[in-house]
Amino acid sequence: METNEAQAVFESKLANNEYIEPKDWMPEDYRKHLIRQISQHAHSEVVGMLPEGNWISRAPSLRAKLVLLAKVQDEGGHGLYLYTAAETLGTSRDEMLDALLTGKAKYSSIFNYPTLTWADIGAIGWLVDGAAIMNQVMLQRTSYGPYSRAMIRICKEESFHQRQGYEIMTRMAFGSPEQKDMAQDALNRWWYPSLMMFGPPDTESPNSEKAIKWRIKRETNDQLRQRFVNQTVVQATYLGLKVPDDKLKWNPEKDGYDYSDPDWNEFKNVIKGHGICNRERINARQKAHDNGAWVRAAANAYSQKQNQQSEAA
Amino acid sequence: MANALFNYILRLADSTIILAQRDAEWTGHGPYLEEDLALTNIALDLFGRGKALLEYAAKLEAKGRTEDDLAFFRSERQYFNAIITELPKGDYAFTMLRHAIVDTFDLLLYSALMSSTDETLKGIASKTCKEIQYHQRHSFAWIKRFGLGTEESARRVSDALEQLWPFTDDLFDQAPAEVDLINAGIIPDRSSLKPAWQNHILNLFNEVHLKPNTEAFMQSGSIKGIHTEHLGHLLAEMQALPRMYPNATW
Repeated sequence: METNEAQAVFESKLANNEYIEPKDWMPEDYRKHLIRQISQHAHSEVVGMLPEGNWISRAPSLRAKLVLLAKVQDEGGHGLYLYTAAETLGTSRDEMLDALLTGKAKYSSIFNYPTLTWADIGAIGWLVDGAAIMNQVMLQRTSYGPYSRAMIRICKEESFHQRQGYEIMTRMAFGSPEQKDMAQDALNRWWYPSLMMFGPPDTESPNSEKAIKWRIKRETNDQLRQRFVNQTVVQATYLGLKVPDDKLKWNPEKDGYDYSDPDWNEFKNVIKGHGICNRERINARQKAHDNGAWVRAAANAYSQKQNQQSEAA
Repeated sequence: MANALFNYILRLADSTIILAQRDAEWTGHGPYLEEDLALTNIALDLFGRGKALLEYAAKLEAKGRTEDDLAFFRSERQYFNAIITELPKGDYAFTMLRHAIVDTFDLLLYSALMSSTDETLKGIASKTCKEIQYHQRHSFAWIKRFGLGTEESARRVSDALEQLWPFTDDLFDQAPAEVDLINAGIIPDRSSLKPAWQNHILNLFNEVHLKPNTEAFMQSGSIKGIHTEHLGHLLAEMQALPRMYPNATW
């Protein structure tokens, strides 16, 4: 098929809301954009296991331990589906991992913030997973088939995580005075980083326009951020917690809250690697990878020996 | 006898929870993603079993303590886990070899508990046996890969065996008060499990050219709440929050 013709088929699939599948022709920059986005998402899931993993050994009840462990395991599972989805675009897990460890590939900046109290585990579920869902719900209808199918599965689990996070916040916010303080402090620290999760303002988002044209994204960063604010303020009010924004005010004209922008300089700094945990996160991944090298080598050597034996037999 | 059963259930629960706590240290740090998920799953099974056992212990005790009180408000000397479970996680060969040893023991123990005259214990045992079979398949597969994989992996698993072997007898120790429970058909005689355990585990070792040091001095003490120094640190971390805020509910 000529490229022009193939391009026309691709465009018509987009126009008709049909999926693009791995064997279909696709423009190179569509492929690149997807590899970047999906692998970044996969890395975020896997690096995201670390801040929450920080509390597994200290979860304050057996039930809390089970819930948190299952949640962190789900995140690893999401990483796995997403790596697999990205592999259908012609990259490999090793390549992606290498890009993460060398800093070529990014992951969600929010995971460079520390989890300092148990309330942070609640706040991550409530706010960070909540913000992630806003992004991800739209990705269930994204144009690339394997990505869309992975996202449908992921979204189901994420909304469960968000409820679990909110449950922790509820127990903290209605608990002892110390617990309530921890809950408020967690909201104070996670609020703006959560707003940053939607990415830079539309006026400064270089990749958004194409992503929308290709139906990789369906709504802009600012639209999603606004929806998140509207939803979360109500939830915070129920908890008796104060959103750390003095300018927060209902605006009937836009049928949404006016709110303060996060500090975009901080955002850029953390992306550049200056968050309090950036180094530790990558070091932890690097260390796991290095310490696992002999384990993987043993597994490979063993399976080769088994194959040789079965061939010889 | 009620008190003997309470203590016995604590023993089962403590070994389970302490091993789970060690396994869970790998979550997010496993040798590769699939294996990270597999070991996390095993830790989840163990915490689930530990919780069920402590709920039963709390009920038997009937003093208003909950399963969380039992997990988070007992100190080193009140924990009766097998010593082998509390040893630091080590490398992956250590973690997997400990699992192979404990899984094999657990499978025999809980299989026997499936014929317990105590209905609750019987119920917990039948659920957990299916899980342990899977854990054992997993740990045995790794010991084969390590033993027959590379020189390095064979050396590591052999080092792990040297460290772990002296703690294997402790699994079979029996408290004097347990005799009544054995006679009542509630629990098996641990010494009766030993030949089958040795058989399974030595077969595995033979297959992968691992040789335990049969001259090694065997440690014991868990039935009296005697431990290595590692347990205190594990508990300090695990129990920090409930002890810091004893009146909070989480």
